[in-house]
Amino acid sequence: MQADDELWSAIADPSRRRVLDLLVGHGEASASWLAARVSFSRQAVSKHLVVLERAGLISRRKQGREVLYQVEADRLDQASRAMADLAAQWDRRLGAIKRLAETAHAEAKKPER
Amino acid sequence: MLMPDLLIDRDVLIEAPVEVVWRTITEPEQMTQWFADRVDLVVEPGAHGYMGFGDQGGAVVVEVVDPPTRFSFRWNENAGGEPAAGNSMLVEFTLTAEGDEQTRLRVVESGHESLGWPDADKQRYADEHQGGWGDILDRLATLLGKRPSE
Repeated sequence: MQADDELWSAIADPSRRRVLDLLVGHGEASASWLAARVSFSRQAVSKHLVVLERAGLISRRKQGREVLYQVEADRLDQASRAMADLAAQWDRRLGAIKRLAETAHAEAKKPER
Repeated sequence: MLMPDLLIDRDVLIEAPVEVVWRTITEPEQMTQWFADRVDLVVEPGAHGYMGFGDQGGAVVVEVVDPPTRFSFRWNENAGGEPAAGNSMLVEFTLTAEGDEQTRLRVVESGHESLGWPDADKQRYADEHQGGWGDILDRLATLLGKRPSE
């Protein structure tokens, strides 16, 4: 469950999603390459990369003096399934609210005996 | 980017007036029938409470209480500590009357700042943003299909 929490907070942030998006689009990239393409600072990019890596959404490798980041496709796929699950969970909750409210309303409308 | 990020946005049409739906989503003894197993909560802005799911649970902070149309709370299911922006999910309910006897109930669960409730611009942002997530996944599928050739 802790891993899921990390996953949620990692993808809940629009800036991190932008970084993810760039990595997905480009395949593999360095922090400087990313920083040149976003509206936030190089430090912020580094911070987001740390969070994304901790959530398992990206991994890194060294190439010469550069560190290159890439998307962990399986984990991203897991994230999208988790989002679908969350949506389904809310549909079940809304369904339960609907039944409760409609039952209460029907009871209230019954003529008094 | 100052706008929040949406994760979930669902709605349902209920055959009951807004006041009835309001009670269903805000009375703790009813919340235990659709949400958590245990709900210790006073529905007042800023009130702190607890929601239990089996032997797990977490803190809840009520944010907006505007009967009978808006109710929101922040919660973190597992993490310890006080729910605040950045460590918790924000759940926002909006109730809209449709005719005399029907209610549209919308729920938005987001990981970030309050949506501030929908107007046309925010709705458009939400639509675009959900599309954004879909776009990422579409591109991911393409990426998996063709590995980089260099």
